[in-house]
Amino acid sequence: MTLAIETQDLVRTYRSKRMPGNPQGAAVVALDGITLDVPREEFFGLLGPNGAGKTTLIKVLVTLLLPSAGRAKVSGLDVVTQAQQVRERISMVSGGEHSGYGLLTVREQLWMFSQFYGIPTKIALARIDELLKVVGLFEERNRRVSALSTGMRQKMNLVRGLVPDPEILFLDEPTVGLDVGAARDVRAYIKEWIRGKPGRTILLTTHYMHEAEELCDRVAIIHKGRIIAADAPEALKRSGTGGSYFVLTTEPMDGAVWLSSLAGVQRVDTRALDGRTEIKLQLADDGAIAGVVKALADHDRRILSLQKEEPSLEDVFVRLVGQRIEEADQGSPR
Amino acid sequence: MTTTSVAPGLHSTEVPRAGGLRRALRATLGRSYPRIIGANRDRSWLFYDTVLPLLGTIAFVYVYKALGAPEQFIGYVIMGGATTAFWMNVLWAMGAQFYWDKQGGNLELYMVVPCGIVPILLGMSFGGFVGTMVRAVAIVLIGSLMFGVSYNITNLPLFVLIFGVAMVALYGLGVTFASLFLLWGREAWHMAELFMEPVFLASGFYFPVRALGFWAAMGTSIIPLTLALDALRQLLFPKTHPALLPVSWEVGGLVFLAVFFIVLARFMLKRMEFLARREGRLSLRF
Repeated sequence: MTLAIETQDLVRTYRSKRMPGNPQGAAVVALDGITLDVPREEFFGLLGPNGAGKTTLIKVLVTLLLPSAGRAKVSGLDVVTQAQQVRERISMVSGGEHSGYGLLTVREQLWMFSQFYGIPTKIALARIDELLKVVGLFEERNRRVSALSTGMRQKMNLVRGLVPDPEILFLDEPTVGLDVGAARDVRAYIKEWIRGKPGRTILLTTHYMHEAEELCDRVAIIHKGRIIAADAPEALKRSGTGGSYFVLTTEPMDGAVWLSSLAGVQRVDTRALDGRTEIKLQLADDGAIAGVVKALADHDRRILSLQKEEPSLEDVFVRLVGQRIEEADQGSPR
Repeated sequence: MTTTSVAPGLHSTEVPRAGGLRRALRATLGRSYPRIIGANRDRSWLFYDTVLPLLGTIAFVYVYKALGAPEQFIGYVIMGGATTAFWMNVLWAMGAQFYWDKQGGNLELYMVVPCGIVPILLGMSFGGFVGTMVRAVAIVLIGSLMFGVSYNITNLPLFVLIFGVAMVALYGLGVTFASLFLLWGREAWHMAELFMEPVFLASGFYFPVRALGFWAAMGTSIIPLTLALDALRQLLFPKTHPALLPVSWEVGGLVFLAVFFIVLARFMLKRMEFLARREGRLSLRF
């Protein structure tokens, strides 16, 4: 069976102007030898911080960018030499997208895009109405696009991507900027969509751990243009972390970095909660928690709760990259 | 109507899709829709695209009247005023359009839809032409009623032919501009402004272009409106218009320009698409 997506040693560089951070004007490597196989019917996630190369990989796969080296195939078709055939089979939706024209109504806008796929008007409109009902936007169908909220707009963009019933759907941060409810709706619908008919594949990029964990059959963690791990979320969590994880809450503390100097403590993350401090610990093994409890007692810090946690994808990410995804975001080039 | 599912055997879609020319036609009409419907939704054009150009036109009418120029000059000026609508449409709604589409994220989508970008540009052109035609007719009607100008077209089929060929050449130039503006600069409006007023002068929008001198007028004939205006004025004012060239030559020139700009537009589009994919900077927002 043909793979939905396959890449081999895919490299993409961007030429760069000379600037303070890059005085030589050296090329920026966005993808650094990506090799990836995504079987049909898989919900595949690319997880990584801003600037990791997620969007560049999608752009190459949807034929918007040429690879600098290596090769990429979508539905068995080369993205460079068979770009037109690739475009017949795919659809792309990006988060925060402001495509289309504000003076059109939702229904008109979606109809316009359906015409670029050659869908007969009657069928297109029926399908648009059906999909608008599914995402809860039917009542807004005659509202101007310019009057939509961010969440409504993103749902409309999702419908735009689904109207042509693509074989492979590329979703680039589809829930970015959405409120909790709208993001949940979008996730619920795409999960339903891929299971709705055999043969559908989704490639999703996200930097939300819970999103990747909730939706994806397999997840690849991408960092600095390289895939550093790829597996089912559960398998990644089982194999990729090592050590054990505890969360404890204490009376308010100014800092807990000193805990990392204790034997067996690998990482300490703290955050202030309502009148408490939550400390998340990555330990070499369960035994190291005794030293932590003793040290807090020695510092007159009362422990309010203590809980052992299963590792999350975030823990896997921290283990592999050495920092949390938010920290990596802050350090990424803008 | 028959529809075909593309690439049978590989694509599992149950949604019927047309391919080839039928899809291109649908895409063209689809993209023209916002432009046609836009005129109805946002009626500010009545002021900005009709009243404002008319003010400039009226100023020229009074200049000619004050100088005691022959009556046909009022007709010249009104025709020129109507033609400015087309030139402004080509600059702002064709040339600068890809730039706006890039900013809004449309260009990325246009580049990955299966119909390709040509039908989308045809749709932009067709929609722009229809909308502008309404504006131009409004300018001619209002101007002619205000100043009591009547027109006597000596050869209506030829008049329509010249206008049609000129529009094909003009919008071919518009498509070329769309790619060029995107390639040249981030500030498309500067490019549009650069081409606006000089062309009003060089193409003889408000006077017979021959007044610039024969060779200067020949040079500005690269803009299709120069030859088109001159040929149309010859048909409207056959006895008095100082022609640049015989009408038949001007028709030949317009046909050449139409073919030239269509070929050039196609080349520029391919070049723009290639550079966009290679450089990742022309079409992509980041």
